[in-house]
Amino acid sequence: MNQVPLLSVHDLKTYFYLEQNRIAKAVDGVSFTVSPGETVAIVGESGSGKSITALSIMKLIEKPGKIVEGSIHLEEKVISSLSSKQMTKLRGNEIAMVFQEPMTALNPVYTVGNQITEMIRKHRKLDKKQAQIEAINLLKIVGISRAEDVVNDYPHQLSGGMRQRVMIAMAISCNPKLLIADEPTTALDVTIQAQILDLMVEMKERYHMALLLITHDLGIVSEYADRVVVMYGGQVVEEAPTKQLLRTTKHPYTKGLLESLPNLKEDVDRLGTIKGTVPPAYALPNGCRFYDRCPLAMEKCKEANPELYQVNTSHTVRCYLHEKEEIE
Amino acid sequence: MYKYIIRRILVFIPMLIVLSMIVFGLAKAAPGDPFTGRMLDPNIDPEVYEQQREALGLNDPIPVQYVNWATRIVKGDFGESMYYKGRSVASLVWERLPNTLYLGLFSLAITLIVAIPIGIYSARNPYSMFDYGATTFGFFGLAVPNFFFGLVAIYFFAIKLGWFPSQGTITGTDITGFQEFLDRIHHMVLPGITLGLAGTASYMRYMRSEVLDVLGSDYIRTAKAKGMSERNVLYKHTLRNAIIPIITLMGFEFGALLSGAIITEQVFSYPGLGTLFINSITNRDYPVIMAITLLLGVTILIGNLLADIFYSIVDPRIRYD
Ligand SMILES: Nc1ncnc2c1ncn2[C@@H]1O[C@H](COP(=O)(O)OP(=O)(O)OP(=O)(O)O)[C@@H](O)[C@H]1O
Ligand SMILES: [Mg+2]
Repeated sequence: MNQVPLLSVHDLKTYFYLEQNRIAKAVDGVSFTVSPGETVAIVGESGSGKSITALSIMKLIEKPGKIVEGSIHLEEKVISSLSSKQMTKLRGNEIAMVFQEPMTALNPVYTVGNQITEMIRKHRKLDKKQAQIEAINLLKIVGISRAEDVVNDYPHQLSGGMRQRVMIAMAISCNPKLLIADEPTTALDVTIQAQILDLMVEMKERYHMALLLITHDLGIVSEYADRVVVMYGGQVVEEAPTKQLLRTTKHPYTKGLLESLPNLKEDVDRLGTIKGTVPPAYALPNGCRFYDRCPLAMEKCKEANPELYQVNTSHTVRCYLHEKEEIE
Repeated sequence: MYKYIIRRILVFIPMLIVLSMIVFGLAKAAPGDPFTGRMLDPNIDPEVYEQQREALGLNDPIPVQYVNWATRIVKGDFGESMYYKGRSVASLVWERLPNTLYLGLFSLAITLIVAIPIGIYSARNPYSMFDYGATTFGFFGLAVPNFFFGLVAIYFFAIKLGWFPSQGTITGTDITGFQEFLDRIHHMVLPGITLGLAGTASYMRYMRSEVLDVLGSDYIRTAKAKGMSERNVLYKHTLRNAIIPIITLMGFEFGALLSGAIITEQVFSYPGLGTLFINSITNRDYPVIMAITLLLGVTILIGNLLADIFYSIVDPRIRYD
């Protein structure tokens, strides 16, 4: 991949300064890139720092949180040093975001149309009427029949799947270069999940966007992502193209995630799960953050956190087991 | 939506009837009658007293008395004052009502103008010095009784500093127009602030917690992620949602404002309904007491009705069926 990346996140650290001088290192030195048109998935259990990574890219971290280190580039723009005013021009316009909870992500007191048109009018030079027509058009594009009626509906009149379609319509309305979707289907019915994901991929192709797909479902990853970034305890623990990651899984944590996936070929009687839980972001161990739960833990894993080792040109892993495989 | 409003108004009617029964019942249950004070007067013949009672219908069965009374009320006839001879209750109340209404509205205006911006600012800067200051003021406002604050205000601002008059509604009768308006406002400042103190404190706390709540909600994050400016996020997306519970509060507070006026007017010798009410109690002027109590009750009901209607306008989630 010699292409210039669309998004590049380098050594991002986002900390929350809590009471009693505790610091929650929600994101602790994360680096990755997204190329134009690529779908990159960020996977990890709850609390691994996926959402905070996404919100950091949008610079939507609220107190007591703070981006303490790192740089974020969108093409030639240095997002990390843009003013808040410049950010309002970028958000929604160059990077759009779809959230997990369609039930609460739309403002209950304004119509769907109002919420789409205000965004269109913010970033594109359209008058009220044109924006309204465009909103209806967008609703049709995301597969909402009766778009002329729905545009005047309030969010509470729509189902979860419909609302997520509205969110997607909004996200694509200003033709962004990057769409960040933070667990966009977690809150939806299983039957609707695939429809929404397919719609996002369709939109991605149609508008030539790159997609940063946050999920904890490796099943979704295997189907939709070109490349996978596995996060644990605020850090990247493994990164590789999807096929490679699934075939030659390196990190014990990724293996654990894969084992907990229901496999259609085998008997689904015994679903493997990783014992234990993610360490809290304010009390991370000195050694490997997965040490407590790792079936292959060694003495030195307790001492110091391993680096990310480059095991081939496109595969990195943060585990001492693969230290020797590192290439130059 | 019109159907919804009409239905709310229809529900209002039985509530009014119940209210009137309560008012009537309370007046009947109170010991003594308008003549009690004069019974000791040896010059009055007990026979005449009986005739008077008969003439006033005080010997009729209670339900009959109620129906007669209610019928007259519906026609707008509140009877005659028993203390101010020859004056109709309606004219007494009518004369005082505007003063109390002005005071109430003025107080409400001050309350909202002070409380809402402070609440918003506190919410946007939680746990700041300003926020702690506002919280302290809030506790103070809720804890200090109206009459006490009124007296202290009179002592400092009327007597010591002489900035505001301590009583009445107007200085003289020779001023008119805008001058008169300013003079009236000048007279309303101290009682207005006194009356609005508790309300200011509670609106402030409400506003703070509502805005704080809304600012943390998902749809605010969505609005920010869409690239909406900070101004837009605050004024369009946050306030419209935060104001919904405040409107309900206003409905309730509306009645509280008028009942609060009773004490405040007394402290400032402000010639409104409150002073009339207290005087009527002292004079056992039942028709006036009943009329004002009824009026207070109606105001509270209207406040709630208005709150319901506004609520249904600002919150599209309210279902009309
Ligand atoms: N406002 C906050 N204050 C304190 N800690 C926070 C805050 N927001 C997030 N964190 C911490 O940051 C860590 C990462 O949170 P994040 O929301 O990124 O997890 P996630 O990977 O998105 O999980 P999920 O799958 O549940 O969405 C968590 O351990 C959480 O405790
Ligand atoms: Mg999350």
